[in-house]
Amino acid sequence: MGLVHDIQGDGFGGIPHNAITAKLEDLVNWARSRSSWPASFGLACCAIEMMATGGAHYDISRFGMEVFRASPRQADIMIVAGRVSQKMAPVLRQVYDQMMEPKWVISMGVCASSGGMFNNYAIVQGVDQIVPVDVYAPGCPPTPETLIHAIETLHSKIESGELLKRRSVTGAGAGLHVTEIERGAQPIPVILGSR
Amino acid sequence: MTERADQDIDVQDIDVQDIDVKGIAVHDILSTIRDGNEPEQGLKARSELTARELLREVGAVLRMSEADAAKLGDIPLDPAEDQTMIINMGPQHPSTHGVLRLMLELQGETVLRCKPIIGYLHTGMEKQGENLTYMQGGTNVTRMDYLSPLNNELVFSMATEKLLGIDGDIPERAVWMRMLLSELNRMSSHLLFMATNGMDLGAVGMMIYGWREREEVLRFFQKVTGLRMNHNFIRPGGVAADLPAGWRDDVLRLLETIPPRLEEYDTLMTGQPIWRGRLQGVGVITQAEAIALGATGPILRSTGLAWDLRRDQPYLHYDEMEFDVVVGTYGDAFDRFAIRLNEIRESIRIVHQILDRIPGGDYRIQNKKVTPPPRARIDESMEALIHHFKIFTEGFKVPEGEVYVAIESPRGEIGCYIASDGSATPYRLHVRAPSFVNIQCLPHMMRGGLVADAVAVISSIDPVLGEVDR
Amino acid sequence: MSDTAEPEVVAPPPTTEPSMLHGVPLSDSRGQRVLHPTRAGYLKLVRTLLDDTFTMCADLTAVDYLTFPGRSLPEGVEPERFEVVVNLLSIERRERIRIRVQLPADDAIIATLFDLYPGSEAMEREVFDMFGISFSDHPDLTRILMPEDWEGHPLRKDYDQGRIPVQFSTDFAAKERAQ
Repeated sequence: MGLVHDIQGDGFGGIPHNAITAKLEDLVNWARSRSSWPASFGLACCAIEMMATGGAHYDISRFGMEVFRASPRQADIMIVAGRVSQKMAPVLRQVYDQMMEPKWVISMGVCASSGGMFNNYAIVQGVDQIVPVDVYAPGCPPTPETLIHAIETLHSKIESGELLKRRSVTGAGAGLHVTEIERGAQPIPVILGSR
Repeated sequence: MTERADQDIDVQDIDVQDIDVKGIAVHDILSTIRDGNEPEQGLKARSELTARELLREVGAVLRMSEADAAKLGDIPLDPAEDQTMIINMGPQHPSTHGVLRLMLELQGETVLRCKPIIGYLHTGMEKQGENLTYMQGGTNVTRMDYLSPLNNELVFSMATEKLLGIDGDIPERAVWMRMLLSELNRMSSHLLFMATNGMDLGAVGMMIYGWREREEVLRFFQKVTGLRMNHNFIRPGGVAADLPAGWRDDVLRLLETIPPRLEEYDTLMTGQPIWRGRLQGVGVITQAEAIALGATGPILRSTGLAWDLRRDQPYLHYDEMEFDVVVGTYGDAFDRFAIRLNEIRESIRIVHQILDRIPGGDYRIQNKKVTPPPRARIDESMEALIHHFKIFTEGFKVPEGEVYVAIESPRGEIGCYIASDGSATPYRLHVRAPSFVNIQCLPHMMRGGLVADAVAVISSIDPVLGEVDR
Repeated sequence: MSDTAEPEVVAPPPTTEPSMLHGVPLSDSRGQRVLHPTRAGYLKLVRTLLDDTFTMCADLTAVDYLTFPGRSLPEGVEPERFEVVVNLLSIERRERIRIRVQLPADDAIIATLFDLYPGSEAMEREVFDMFGISFSDHPDLTRILMPEDWEGHPLRKDYDQGRIPVQFSTDFAAKERAQ
């Protein structure tokens, strides 16, 4: 009611202490970080902990993320929760490509971050070989607290605009350059990240 | 590596007995093996399959002759109707059962054929198990059925102990602790089933309630084992550590909070007409089908057969426990839901009995070759240091032989087959995963049903893709 | 914890006389009964057991004994590279029995149990995928766990685990090669 009286009494002069002004970019980042919807990409044990994070005890609904969108078109964050096998890798890339910009990826668990304890023929050694990852959450599985910490780290980076700034400098978000490694005698280190 | 021959030899001409004749070239035989018309890991429409293939699909399961199977009139067999549609469900799918891909052939809304395609979570665990010692093996095996990890560890430890010959010498307290953890794990797994089943059928609030109860059990696990999931706590020789102080109060508090919540589930689901309407008569499987397909656990019990390894081939001290084996009548999804709900109650009963009877004593076998010494002794005794070093780096050697041990996990019979060559790592580690075999029931449960019930059927089987794909 | 004598971990003494069951050598493995039919007699034996109340096939798997050819087998059973292991369960009698069939490396084909136990379909597909052992007259013998176009059979002993060695940042030699 105070606002209405202020306007009646003082015209637009009465508004300033009830309104805020900001840069549009900041407002957009603020909104994006507080309402980012995850795409459900739960694969293995980490998916169970992700669901526990969505449960009542840990509740990521406080961070605006309780709606796991089934369709990647409607999602902002892809939480890769679990080990990615060779057969699943193309599916992962396809789902990532279907997401609309801006999109972010959290690699949850050690299997998604680096292959975890499964250093063998069947598991992709780190999901960052397939999609660009913004935040890595370690743990096997990471407890919901760790996942929330990872989510909050991502949110603070979204809010500060840091991630989108970096991408606009180096190329669009999904730019990933991979050198072809010949099967030879000397192992060649794979250089990850953007060029 | 198998090669495909270019010409197809008619299957009828090759008799199984002829396979032993060395004269037949390998590629000739291999061409006969691809009997079916199916594309690799795909599904073809019924109209493109031979009658023999179709009838074998159904008739073999019912152990009928082809003539009898042809008389099954429930689905129109007329392939001239070109109205069938093949759709793909998954592998990324909101129904929270993991990366299961289903190819469904539909005629309108009716499911004619269904083919599950798995392998999207294949982790090479059996291969990796050959390079891990028996002490490390638990970390590998526990991630197969990640909803009941302690049961995986238990069956692996029991198989190792049988090979070592120490399965009769495990201390009493360790055995009772194993039972306690196994039953609590059964409860947490079934609570998760309640949650995901409810959500799949639309009772979204059930997801929150189920997880609320599960958190209580996981909190207890964190106190005892240090982890909420994938504990590696049950190890060959006993368990990794003793129960902490105050555990009895924690368990009692658990056993007091859960039963009234189960009553709430009854109000929300069991008696409710919508719930019944969605589950009764859906995903029906007969007893003969279930046995022929190798289904165990709640699926087999829902058909009326009271087969529970805890009672019929008892392990640990289940033969001294008083509990009922919950059995259904109609073999439908509602029976499986009710069985799992009541198995939570039976587990609560068993945990009460364990609380009364658990003795004191060692929590692992005092055999220096198998059990690492307590940390304090490493400072004092050179021998203890050497044993510790050897056990954790090289691992203890297990005598040659092979053994298969099976226990009752929340999903059915989980078995562990270990073949040892006398070294510190298993020569062959194989886990008979219940969900891997239970998924074969999917096509038979979905036949003739509606596509809208597909999710209900998958959910009632309660598969865990970690153990399906290993 | 004392340092005095404790139960040693030893293998139980191997049984020497091969007893027979259904005309096939029977051995004992840690108290579990194991039958060793030949490839030719395999299907007939399984049919006999099926009629003898072993109505459920609990497990069907295989082992590659390439690097352990000297395992103990009863007399008269020739060891080969591959072994197909079948665990059957009798619900009526609450018993289990195991069957081990030897298969040579160059001729790894055996009859399918699909017509007797339809539940063996997925298990035989997994054995085909992981070992390359073929099952004749199987309705759909394709890869089940690996992608369709995968080459090689992972659980064979001559197939490597595929570990990627960890690349350390202090590996200056590797860094130099990369430049």
